[in-house]
Amino acid sequence: MIITTTTPAMSLITLGTHMAEFIWHALLAGIGVALIAGPLGSFVVWRRMSYFGDTLAHSALLGIALGIAFDLNLNIAVVICCVLIAIILVALQQHRIISTDTLLGILAHSTLSLGLISIGLLGVRLDLLSYLFGDLLTVTNTELIWIFIGTAVVSSLLLFFWRPLLAITIDEEMAQAEGYPVALIRLLLMLLMAIVIAVAMKIVGVLLITSLMIIPAAAARRITHSPESMALAASVLGCISVILGLFSSVKWDTATGPSIVLAAALVFLVCLIPIPNRSGKT
Amino acid sequence: MTKSQPLVSLNEVSVKIAGETIIDKVSLTVNPGEIITLIGPNGAGKSTLIRAILGLLKITAGKIIKMPDLRIGYMPQRLHMDRTIPLNVKRFLNVWRSPQSIETYAALRQVSADHLIHRPMQSLSGGELQRVLLARALLRNPQLLVLDEPVQGVDLQGQTELYQLIKTIRTQYQCAVLMVSHDLHLVMSSTDHVICMNHHICCSGHPESVSNDPAYRELFGIEAVKSIALYAHHHDHHHDDSGNVIDHSGHSHG
Repeated sequence: MIITTTTPAMSLITLGTHMAEFIWHALLAGIGVALIAGPLGSFVVWRRMSYFGDTLAHSALLGIALGIAFDLNLNIAVVICCVLIAIILVALQQHRIISTDTLLGILAHSTLSLGLISIGLLGVRLDLLSYLFGDLLTVTNTELIWIFIGTAVVSSLLLFFWRPLLAITIDEEMAQAEGYPVALIRLLLMLLMAIVIAVAMKIVGVLLITSLMIIPAAAARRITHSPESMALAASVLGCISVILGLFSSVKWDTATGPSIVLAAALVFLVCLIPIPNRSGKT
Repeated sequence: MTKSQPLVSLNEVSVKIAGETIIDKVSLTVNPGEIITLIGPNGAGKSTLIRAILGLLKITAGKIIKMPDLRIGYMPQRLHMDRTIPLNVKRFLNVWRSPQSIETYAALRQVSADHLIHRPMQSLSGGELQRVLLARALLRNPQLLVLDEPVQGVDLQGQTELYQLIKTIRTQYQCAVLMVSHDLHLVMSSTDHVICMNHHICCSGHPESVSNDPAYRELFGIEAVKSIALYAHHHDHHHDDSGNVIDHSGHSHG
């Protein structure tokens, strides 16, 4: 059974002339998210935070439930919820009762369950599948605006704090010893991830968001030699994945979110092909 | 009189980790331009003391006073960098400051590592990495250089060179050096002040006087004392017939 997007895909066909507009919206939204997911995904890869990203993404559903119940803007509700979960996680980590990956597993699945149950208990009516797996083809104008606000905020913060972010990524202790406010910079990184999750949720859904961050970044690692070029290449490869995934989803009537993730995986595989080294050793 | 003001002073500092006393009422002062070496057996709390001074862990009692705006260059025991960060040596050195390729090159040259400038960080050997980390610390133009086991992964010949280098750096950069070592005989000629510790300070002072101190002999046993005598002899001999080999970076790991 096809999980999502049969309705929009069918409406695309029936609407005919509106098709172009749908695609443009979806394309702009996808590219907007891919642009910031690339650099941020690079940090996720460098800092081995992909499980952390998963945990935050899983908690986003709780943000949605609470946001709808209390009539808040959903993007902001998700950002707040993710940041709170991140802070709880860091606080629990300090205690060192259990290892971080166990802790992440516990938090990821209990917040996801809490989100699912809250949706039921609060009587929130929503299309659950579109939040779990994304629903790119039904992006509205307002959502598009939010995506680009998110993109603008994240990319300017990344540019402004690039050096300290890189410094704490290379070695946190070294950065702390030399006077960087490590805890604050780490909090900033979590905030950035929360924003990306909030705006990317519409594109690929909470269960697949992390892949949009780490797959293009992992692919970019193979073909680049500096942190900056890796971050940029990850953006470009992410955009290519969105375009490929979106068009194949329309062409073959497949779920959009998973199509984009598969396209990204394909791009990753292509990048694994070794490049023949034509220039000699320097 | 900023010159005479100590860079760092510790007053009865204690650190407990999980109920275990690692540092026990340690007091010491680091003055500008001074080379201080912490020695002691494994697990004596040398690295913990360094980490406390750097503010990487909380002290349980006592007080650490640092000169305001003290510029510290820290060379850690190892780098916790993930292999997936694509960095060559040049870019690595420029992460913390604006790129000035002349300075970067000069710092690498100072530690005889200029040939490594375009190498990926991941491809460096232990000794090469130590030199690059030292160059990185120098680029901060530090008032205090903190080196945690600077000679790790370096062969004996390299160790002597590296300690010699640290002494040169002190003169050239006018900075104080605080370093950890577990070999008194290797650092003797390149340190002003030795602090011998095993959780608490056992003895401290001029390297010669520490080596003759009963507390030191008790801590390291007679073997260590013998090796100092041996070293002194070996050093004279070695210096006689191949002094220029020491100065020159004879073996490039190319």
